[in-house]
Amino acid sequence: MKKLSAFLKHSYLGLVLLFMYAPIFILILFSFTDSRTMSKWQGWSFGAYEKLFAERAVWVAVQNSITIAIIAAVVATIMGTFAAIGIHSMKKRNRMLVENVTQLPMVNPDLVTGISFMLLFTAIGFTSGYLRMLIAHITFNLPYVIFSVMPRLRQSSNRLYEAAMDLGCTPMIALTKVVIPDIMPGIISGFILAFTLSIDDFVISWFAADGVPNISIYVYSIARRGIPSHINALSALMFVVVATLLVIVNLRSIKQEKEAEVQARKLRSK
Amino acid sequence: MKRTFFSTPYIVWMIIFIVVPMLFIFYSAFIQDGHFTTEFVNQALETPLYISVLIRSIVVALIATALCLLIGYPVAYILSNMKKSTAAILSMFFILPMWMNFLLRTYAWQVILADNGVLNMLLTTLGFAKGSFMYTQGAVLLVTVYNFLPFMILPIYTILSKIDRSHIEAAHDLGANSANTFFKVVLPLSVPGVVSGITMVFIPAITTFAISRLIGGKKYPLYGDLIEDKIVASGNLGLGSVLSIILLVLVIISIVVMHKMEAEQGNEEGGTLW
Repeated sequence: MKKLSAFLKHSYLGLVLLFMYAPIFILILFSFTDSRTMSKWQGWSFGAYEKLFAERAVWVAVQNSITIAIIAAVVATIMGTFAAIGIHSMKKRNRMLVENVTQLPMVNPDLVTGISFMLLFTAIGFTSGYLRMLIAHITFNLPYVIFSVMPRLRQSSNRLYEAAMDLGCTPMIALTKVVIPDIMPGIISGFILAFTLSIDDFVISWFAADGVPNISIYVYSIARRGIPSHINALSALMFVVVATLLVIVNLRSIKQEKEAEVQARKLRSK
Repeated sequence: MKRTFFSTPYIVWMIIFIVVPMLFIFYSAFIQDGHFTTEFVNQALETPLYISVLIRSIVVALIATALCLLIGYPVAYILSNMKKSTAAILSMFFILPMWMNFLLRTYAWQVILADNGVLNMLLTTLGFAKGSFMYTQGAVLLVTVYNFLPFMILPIYTILSKIDRSHIEAAHDLGANSANTFFKVVLPLSVPGVVSGITMVFIPAITTFAISRLIGGKKYPLYGDLIEDKIVASGNLGLGSVLSIILLVLVIISIVVMHKMEAEQGNEEGGTLW
């Protein structure tokens, strides 16, 4: 009875995993055959990859995605960290007001945020698509950085900052030498979150960027017209890159947790 | 120097790029040629097509959310009952697709469901007749569930694996069978996870436009498609803004309802506890 229920449970998990991964593996498989239709297996080929590397528009989009994700994440992390430090020491009423407005982009559907950017940029006649996308990305990254840093600030003591000042630090030095190292884990997780959100964004960029493509926009505009083989190759490459990165990151954190557990157990047994 | 000054650059940025753009939406929704107008609001609320699209979006999002919950809850539950180290690795595989670009995940289904796609290749090889799967309501629902399933599994799994085992043992010791333990102890304790799962699926599902455009074509537009079409293709900013505001109101209502549900659950628990 117990065996049967374990078997059923495992098969259920297997089925759901199959549902989640089959489309991805099929796509990767079909990136190695070059044909306009997928109605018949045409034999192995790297044609799709050759086409992909020859297609300039793809690499423009990839470049846009990567440079914008990096710049937006760096700017949002710096501005957001300082903002969190400032907000943290505000009086309650002001703090609540700023925190509530900061939450707005997180609650607002991406579609509405994107349209609001489009209206703003059109109204003031700001036409550089790349900068429009960059500004939009910095803006939607900021709340995530701020709300990653704030809990860390609440944990760390205000006294540290005051002690540094008493010992002769200027506010700026007290900040960079004392406060920021203390809240570093929050800053780093804010940065990672910002980078991943930015590189994955489609909806906000679609409205804000006015025709400048990132990877998502490129895939969307091509996929609307059919299923060309070089997109299979692009998808396959991206799936492999993202999956490898995530497996590495996750396995590392699982390992760290395990080590922490072992450490804790050792301490307890002492 | 006061520490609050550190946030000044952000406050300025926030006003220009969060507050002002939202005002622009309300401005273009209600002001035309410098005068207040309710024309766009009337159009949005009185055109039967827009209302039927809105209702379809709500229905599709509700069904997709229900399916995600139905498929995802057992996954989270089984995972949370496994050995810690096994569960940590397995859960990673259930959450991983969340980090992959949703357009590529949607595109993968296009490759499968297209008339000259993989599914039809399989069918003809096995001797069946070709089917037509793209541009159907079912396909849109399938791909929506596929895209958002990890967002349901993650929060429920997180909350289930934090439940104190001694609650469950206590229920067993007091004579409850497995079903009773589940419905009276585990399920109520997991409500916060279910609520955030529902929020994380329902809201993106009701505001999506790319999935329905790529998989459903122009035949089954959702509210997001309608807004995108009005803004980008027709350039009707006034109507597009009103439709956006309606969508925003819908999202806010659903968030409030969710919070209420969670709070009520908490109260009930307190009540039965005493």
